[in-house]
Amino acid sequence: MSKFRSNGKREMPELNTSSLPDLIFTVLFFFMMVTSMREVEVKVQIKTPVGTTEIEKLEKKSLVSHIYIGPPSKNYRAIFGSAPRIQLNEVFAEPDAVREFVRAERESMFEKDRPLMKMSLKIDKGVQMGIVTDVKQELRKAKAQNIVYSAEQKKEN
Amino acid sequence: MGRAKRKVPGLNQSSTADISFILLIFFLVTTSMDVDTGLPRRLPDWDPNAMEQELTIKERNIMTVQVNKYNEIFVKNGKINRLIDVSELKDIAKEFIANPNQDENLPIWEPYEIEDYGTVMTTVKHVISLQTDRTTNYEVYFKVQHELSKAYSELRDEWARQNFGKKYTDLDEKTEQPVARAVYASKISEAEPRTY
Repeated sequence: MSKFRSNGKREMPELNTSSLPDLIFTVLFFFMMVTSMREVEVKVQIKTPVGTTEIEKLEKKSLVSHIYIGPPSKNYRAIFGSAPRIQLNEVFAEPDAVREFVRAERESMFEKDRPLMKMSLKIDKGVQMGIVTDVKQELRKAKAQNIVYSAEQKKEN
Repeated sequence: MGRAKRKVPGLNQSSTADISFILLIFFLVTTSMDVDTGLPRRLPDWDPNAMEQELTIKERNIMTVQVNKYNEIFVKNGKINRLIDVSELKDIAKEFIANPNQDENLPIWEPYEIEDYGTVMTTVKHVISLQTDRTTNYEVYFKVQHELSKAYSELRDEWARQNFGKKYTDLDEKTEQPVARAVYASKISEAEPRTY
Protein backbone atom coordinates (compact mmCIF):
# COMPACT_ATOMS: atom_id res chain seq x y z
CA MET A 1 0.00 0.00 0.00
CA SER A 2 2.53 2.50 1.12
CA LYS A 3 5.38 3.34 -1.10
CA PHE A 4 7.91 3.04 1.69
CA ARG A 5 6.98 -0.25 3.20
CA SER A 6 9.31 -2.88 2.10
CA ASN A 7 8.08 -6.06 0.89
CA GLY A 8 10.07 -9.16 1.41
CA LYS A 9 12.75 -9.68 4.06
CA ARG A 10 15.91 -7.62 3.76
CA GLU A 11 19.23 -9.04 4.82
CA MET A 12 21.49 -7.27 7.24
CA PRO A 13 24.58 -6.18 5.25
CA GLU A 14 27.75 -7.72 6.51
CA LEU A 15 30.32 -5.47 8.21
CA ASN A 16 33.46 -5.05 6.22
CA THR A 17 36.32 -6.18 8.42
CA SER A 18 39.10 -6.10 5.87
CA SER A 19 40.72 -3.04 7.45
CA LEU A 20 40.63 -4.43 10.97
CA PRO A 21 44.11 -6.02 10.79
CA ASP A 22 45.59 -2.71 9.62
CA LEU A 23 43.96 -0.97 12.51
CA ILE A 24 45.33 -3.37 15.05
CA PHE A 25 48.75 -3.31 13.48
CA THR A 26 48.76 0.44 13.95
CA VAL A 27 48.00 0.06 17.64
CA LEU A 28 50.66 -2.63 17.87
CA PHE A 29 53.30 -0.42 16.32
CA PHE A 30 52.32 2.40 18.62
CA PHE A 31 52.92 0.18 21.61
CA MET A 32 56.19 -1.07 20.25
CA MET A 33 57.42 2.49 19.91
CA VAL A 34 56.42 3.91 23.27
CA THR A 35 57.26 1.02 25.55
CA SER A 36 60.37 -0.83 26.45
CA MET A 37 60.87 -4.43 27.40
CA ARG A 38 60.42 -5.18 31.06
CA GLU A 39 63.92 -5.60 32.43
CA VAL A 40 63.98 -8.16 35.16
CA GLU A 41 61.75 -9.68 37.74
CA VAL A 42 62.23 -7.63 40.86
CA LYS A 43 62.58 -9.92 43.83
CA VAL A 44 62.74 -7.24 46.49
CA GLN A 45 60.05 -4.98 47.84
CA ILE A 46 60.78 -1.39 46.99
CA LYS A 47 58.95 1.75 47.85
CA THR A 48 61.15 4.61 46.74
CA PRO A 49 61.24 7.92 48.60
CA VAL A 50 59.35 10.95 47.35
CA GLY A 51 60.88 14.19 46.14
CA THR A 52 59.59 17.36 44.55
CA THR A 53 61.50 19.82 42.41
CA GLU A 54 64.85 18.08 42.10
CA ILE A 55 63.54 14.87 40.59
CA GLU A 56 64.40 14.36 36.94
CA LYS A 57 63.28 11.94 34.30
CA LEU A 58 65.74 9.37 33.07
CA GLU A 59 65.90 10.03 29.38
CA LYS A 60 67.70 7.21 27.62
CA LYS A 61 66.84 3.83 28.96
CA SER A 62 69.68 2.13 27.14
CA LEU A 63 72.18 4.03 29.27
CA VAL A 64 70.66 3.05 32.58
CA SER A 65 71.45 0.00 34.70
CA HIS A 66 69.49 -0.83 37.80
CA ILE A 67 70.55 -1.89 41.24
CA TYR A 68 67.75 -2.85 43.60
CA ILE A 69 68.07 -2.78 47.38
CA GLY A 70 65.28 -3.78 49.71
CA PRO A 71 63.81 -6.59 51.77
CA PRO A 72 63.07 -9.75 49.72
CA SER A 73 59.45 -10.01 48.62
CA LYS A 74 57.09 -12.54 50.18
CA ASN A 75 57.88 -15.54 47.96
CA TYR A 76 61.57 -15.31 48.70
CA ARG A 77 61.40 -14.57 52.38
CA ALA A 78 61.45 -18.20 53.40
CA ILE A 79 64.82 -18.67 51.77
CA PHE A 80 66.47 -15.29 52.06
CA GLY A 81 64.94 -13.82 55.20
CA SER A 82 63.65 -10.29 55.51
CA ALA A 83 66.89 -8.34 55.92
CA PRO A 84 67.50 -5.93 53.01
CA ARG A 85 69.35 -7.42 50.08
CA ILE A 86 70.98 -6.21 46.92
CA GLN A 87 69.59 -7.49 43.64
CA LEU A 88 71.69 -7.36 40.48
CA ASN A 89 70.02 -8.64 37.34
CA GLU A 90 68.03 -11.66 38.54
CA VAL A 91 70.03 -12.65 41.58
CA PHE A 92 70.68 -11.51 45.11
CA ALA A 93 74.26 -10.41 45.58
CA GLU A 94 76.78 -9.10 48.04
CA PRO A 95 78.25 -5.60 47.68
CA ASP A 96 81.52 -6.90 46.25
CA ALA A 97 79.64 -8.32 43.24
CA VAL A 98 78.75 -4.78 42.17
CA ARG A 99 82.06 -4.17 40.49
CA GLU A 100 81.72 -7.23 38.30
CA PHE A 101 78.13 -6.20 37.48
CA VAL A 102 79.24 -2.73 36.42
CA ARG A 103 81.96 -4.21 34.23
CA ALA A 104 79.50 -6.52 32.51
CA GLU A 105 76.98 -3.74 31.98
CA ARG A 106 79.65 -1.48 30.58
CA GLU A 107 80.81 -4.19 28.23
CA SER A 108 77.31 -4.63 26.84
CA MET A 109 77.04 -0.98 25.81
CA PHE A 110 78.25 0.78 22.70
CA GLU A 111 81.68 2.24 23.19
CA LYS A 112 80.58 5.82 22.71
CA ASP A 113 77.86 5.41 25.31
CA ARG A 114 80.08 4.01 28.03
CA PRO A 115 81.07 7.32 29.67
CA LEU A 116 77.39 8.23 29.84
CA MET A 117 76.43 5.15 31.80
CA LYS A 118 74.06 5.82 34.67
CA MET A 119 73.35 3.60 37.62
CA SER A 120 69.83 3.85 38.93
CA LEU A 121 69.70 2.92 42.60
CA LYS A 122 66.24 1.71 43.45
CA ILE A 123 66.31 1.63 47.20
CA ASP A 124 63.51 1.03 49.64
CA LYS A 125 62.72 3.84 52.07
CA GLY A 126 63.24 1.68 55.11
CA VAL A 127 66.74 0.46 54.28
CA GLN A 128 69.63 1.51 56.49
CA MET A 129 72.52 3.49 55.05
CA GLY A 130 75.17 0.82 55.74
CA ILE A 131 74.26 -1.34 52.75
CA VAL A 132 73.75 1.74 50.57
CA THR A 133 77.18 3.11 51.47
CA ASP A 134 78.80 -0.23 50.69
CA VAL A 135 77.25 -0.21 47.22
CA LYS A 136 78.25 3.41 46.66
CA GLN A 137 81.85 2.70 47.61
CA GLU A 138 81.91 -0.20 45.14
CA LEU A 139 80.46 2.03 42.43
CA ARG A 140 83.19 4.58 43.07
CA LYS A 141 85.82 1.89 42.79
CA ALA A 142 84.21 0.68 39.58
CA LYS A 143 84.24 4.26 38.24
CA ALA A 144 80.49 4.27 37.73
CA GLN A 145 80.00 7.62 39.35
CA ASN A 146 76.87 8.86 37.65
CA ILE A 147 74.13 7.63 39.89
CA VAL A 148 70.47 8.36 40.29
CA TYR A 149 68.61 7.84 43.52
CA SER A 150 65.37 6.52 42.14
CA ALA A 151 62.43 8.42 43.59
CA GLU A 152 58.87 9.33 42.93
CA GLN A 153 58.05 12.81 41.85
CA LYS A 154 55.35 14.75 43.59
CA LYS A 155 54.19 18.20 42.66
CA GLU A 156 54.94 20.84 45.24
CA ASN A 157 51.92 22.30 46.96
CA MET B 1 45.86 -24.80 -27.48
CA GLY B 2 45.52 -21.68 -25.26
CA ARG B 3 43.50 -22.23 -22.20
CA ALA B 4 41.08 -19.81 -20.70
CA LYS B 5 42.60 -17.67 -17.95
CA ARG B 6 41.86 -19.02 -14.50
CA LYS B 7 41.11 -16.67 -11.68
CA VAL B 8 43.49 -16.76 -8.71
CA PRO B 9 41.41 -17.46 -5.63
CA GLY B 10 41.65 -14.69 -3.02
CA LEU B 11 43.58 -15.48 0.14
CA ASN B 12 41.39 -15.73 3.17
CA GLN B 13 42.50 -12.91 5.42
CA SER B 14 39.96 -13.18 8.14
CA SER B 15 42.51 -14.53 10.62
CA THR B 16 45.08 -11.73 10.16
CA ALA B 17 43.21 -9.68 12.67
CA ASP B 18 43.45 -12.46 15.24
CA ILE B 19 47.15 -12.89 14.63
CA SER B 20 47.86 -9.22 15.09
CA PHE B 21 45.68 -9.20 18.19
CA ILE B 22 47.86 -11.90 19.69
CA LEU B 23 50.98 -9.89 18.89
CA LEU B 24 49.43 -6.80 20.41
CA ILE B 25 48.55 -8.60 23.63
CA PHE B 26 52.02 -10.10 23.80
CA PHE B 27 53.56 -6.64 23.66
CA LEU B 28 51.12 -5.26 26.19
CA VAL B 29 52.13 -7.95 28.64
CA THR B 30 55.89 -7.91 28.18
CA THR B 31 56.54 -4.19 28.14
CA SER B 32 56.36 -1.50 30.74
CA MET B 33 55.41 2.09 30.21
CA ASP B 34 56.46 3.52 33.55
CA VAL B 35 58.98 6.33 33.40
CA ASP B 36 61.96 6.20 35.69
CA THR B 37 62.50 9.27 37.79
CA GLY B 38 65.12 10.07 40.37
CA LEU B 39 67.60 12.42 41.94
CA PRO B 40 70.80 12.52 39.88
CA ARG B 41 74.11 12.75 41.75
CA ARG B 42 77.74 12.29 40.95
CA LEU B 43 79.94 10.28 43.27
CA PRO B 44 83.48 11.55 43.89
CA ASP B 45 86.42 9.76 42.34
CA TRP B 46 87.81 6.86 44.27
CA ASP B 47 90.98 8.03 45.89
CA PRO B 48 92.44 6.11 48.83
CA ASN B 49 94.40 9.18 49.97
CA ALA B 50 91.38 11.48 50.08
CA MET B 51 91.11 11.42 53.86
CA GLU B 52 94.17 13.59 54.39
CA GLN B 53 93.07 16.37 52.08
CA GLU B 54 90.09 17.31 54.22
CA LEU B 55 92.36 18.68 56.92
CA THR B 56 93.42 21.60 54.77
CA ILE B 57 89.96 23.20 54.60
CA LYS B 58 89.53 26.35 56.67
CA GLU B 59 86.94 26.19 59.38
CA ARG B 60 84.76 28.97 58.01
CA ASN B 61 84.50 27.21 54.65
CA ILE B 62 83.07 23.96 55.89
CA MET B 63 79.61 22.95 56.96
CA THR B 64 79.03 19.49 58.38
CA VAL B 65 75.68 17.82 58.16
CA GLN B 66 75.50 14.75 60.34
CA VAL B 67 72.62 12.33 60.29
CA ASN B 68 72.98 10.05 63.28
CA LYS B 69 71.49 6.66 64.02
CA TYR B 70 68.39 8.23 65.58
CA ASN B 71 67.84 10.01 62.26
CA GLU B 72 68.50 13.39 63.83
CA ILE B 73 70.15 16.01 61.66
CA PHE B 74 72.98 17.93 63.24
CA VAL B 75 74.38 20.95 61.40
CA LYS B 76 77.60 22.72 62.22
CA ASN B 77 79.05 25.74 60.49
CA GLY B 78 80.48 29.09 61.58
CA LYS B 79 77.08 30.33 62.73
CA ILE B 80 75.02 27.32 63.64
CA ASN B 81 75.81 24.35 65.81
CA ARG B 82 72.66 22.44 66.66
CA LEU B 83 70.07 19.82 65.79
CA ILE B 84 67.70 20.95 63.08
CA ASP B 85 64.60 19.81 61.28
CA VAL B 86 64.82 18.80 57.60
CA SER B 87 62.63 21.74 56.64
CA GLU B 88 65.23 24.20 57.98
CA LEU B 89 68.11 22.66 56.12
CA LYS B 90 67.52 24.32 52.76
CA ASP B 91 67.66 27.88 54.08
CA ILE B 92 70.65 27.18 56.29
CA ALA B 93 72.47 25.64 53.34
CA LYS B 94 71.56 28.57 51.08
CA GLU B 95 72.87 31.08 53.57
CA PHE B 96 76.04 29.07 54.00
CA ILE B 97 76.71 28.60 50.29
CA ALA B 98 75.96 32.14 49.16
CA ASN B 99 77.00 34.06 52.30
CA PRO B 100 75.04 37.10 51.06
CA ASN B 101 76.17 39.45 53.84
CA GLN B 102 79.82 38.44 53.66
CA ASP B 103 79.71 37.16 57.20
CA GLU B 104 83.14 36.45 58.62
CA ASN B 105 82.08 33.10 59.96
CA LEU B 106 80.72 31.86 56.64
CA PRO B 107 82.66 30.95 53.47
CA ILE B 108 84.94 33.61 52.06
CA TRP B 109 84.16 35.33 48.74
CA GLU B 110 86.85 34.98 46.17
CA PRO B 111 87.17 35.96 42.54
CA TYR B 112 86.54 32.97 40.35
CA GLU B 113 87.11 32.95 36.63
CA ILE B 114 84.55 31.26 34.46
CA GLU B 115 85.42 30.44 30.89
CA ASP B 116 83.65 32.56 28.24
CA TYR B 117 81.99 34.68 30.88
CA GLY B 118 84.40 36.51 33.14
CA THR B 119 85.24 36.73 36.79
CA VAL B 120 82.61 36.47 39.48
CA MET B 121 82.83 36.76 43.24
CA THR B 122 81.66 33.55 44.81
CA THR B 123 82.35 31.15 47.63
CA VAL B 124 84.44 28.76 45.57
CA LYS B 125 86.06 27.09 48.52
CA HIS B 126 82.99 26.10 50.49
CA VAL B 127 82.43 22.43 51.25
CA ILE B 128 79.40 20.67 52.62
CA SER B 129 80.40 17.50 54.38
CA LEU B 130 77.61 14.98 54.72
CA GLN B 131 78.10 12.25 57.27
CA THR B 132 75.84 9.34 58.00
CA ASP B 133 75.80 6.42 60.34
CA ARG B 134 75.52 2.85 59.09
CA THR B 135 72.12 2.58 60.72
CA THR B 136 70.76 5.89 59.44
CA ASN B 137 67.50 5.52 57.59
CA TYR B 138 67.82 5.89 53.82
CA GLU B 139 64.72 8.04 53.49
CA VAL B 140 66.12 10.66 55.87
CA TYR B 141 69.39 10.63 53.96
CA PHE B 142 67.52 11.05 50.71
CA LYS B 143 65.58 14.02 52.09
CA VAL B 144 68.82 15.67 53.18
CA GLN B 145 70.31 15.16 49.72
CA HIS B 146 67.13 16.51 48.17
CA GLU B 147 67.15 19.65 50.33
CA LEU B 148 70.83 20.34 49.61
CA SER B 149 70.23 19.89 45.92
CA LYS B 150 67.27 22.24 46.17
CA ALA B 151 69.41 24.86 47.90
CA TYR B 152 71.85 24.81 45.00
CA SER B 153 69.19 25.02 42.32
CA GLU B 154 67.40 27.89 44.04
CA LEU B 155 70.66 29.81 44.30
CA ARG B 156 71.39 29.21 40.63
CA ASP B 157 67.90 30.33 39.80
CA GLU B 158 68.27 33.55 41.79
CA TRP B 159 71.64 34.22 40.21
CA ALA B 160 70.20 33.63 36.74
CA ARG B 161 67.40 36.10 37.38
CA GLN B 162 69.82 38.77 38.58
CA ASN B 163 72.36 38.37 35.82
CA PHE B 164 70.42 37.13 32.80
CA GLY B 165 66.95 38.23 33.81
CA LYS B 166 65.61 34.76 33.19
CA LYS B 167 64.78 31.63 35.12
CA TYR B 168 67.56 29.03 35.28
CA THR B 169 65.51 26.60 33.23
CA ASP B 170 65.02 29.23 30.51
CA LEU B 171 68.75 29.83 30.12
CA ASP B 172 70.57 28.52 27.09
CA GLU B 173 71.66 24.98 27.82
CA LYS B 174 75.00 25.20 26.06
CA THR B 175 76.25 28.66 26.99
CA GLU B 176 74.38 30.12 29.97
CA GLN B 177 73.42 27.21 32.20
CA PRO B 178 77.03 26.04 32.68
CA VAL B 179 77.93 29.52 33.91
CA ALA B 180 75.20 29.50 36.54
CA ARG B 181 76.26 26.00 37.49
CA ALA B 182 79.87 27.09 37.85
CA VAL B 183 79.01 30.03 40.09
CA TYR B 184 77.24 27.73 42.52
CA ALA B 185 78.98 24.45 41.87
CA SER B 186 77.73 21.62 44.03
CA LYS B 187 80.37 20.70 46.60
CA ILE B 188 78.96 17.97 48.74
CA SER B 189 81.53 15.62 50.12
CA GLU B 190 80.49 12.39 51.72
CA ALA B 191 82.88 11.16 54.32
CA GLU B 192 83.69 7.49 54.68
CA PRO B 193 81.05 5.73 56.75
CA ARG B 194 81.71 5.40 60.44
CA THR B 195 79.94 4.57 63.63
CA TYR B 196 79.77 6.92 66.55
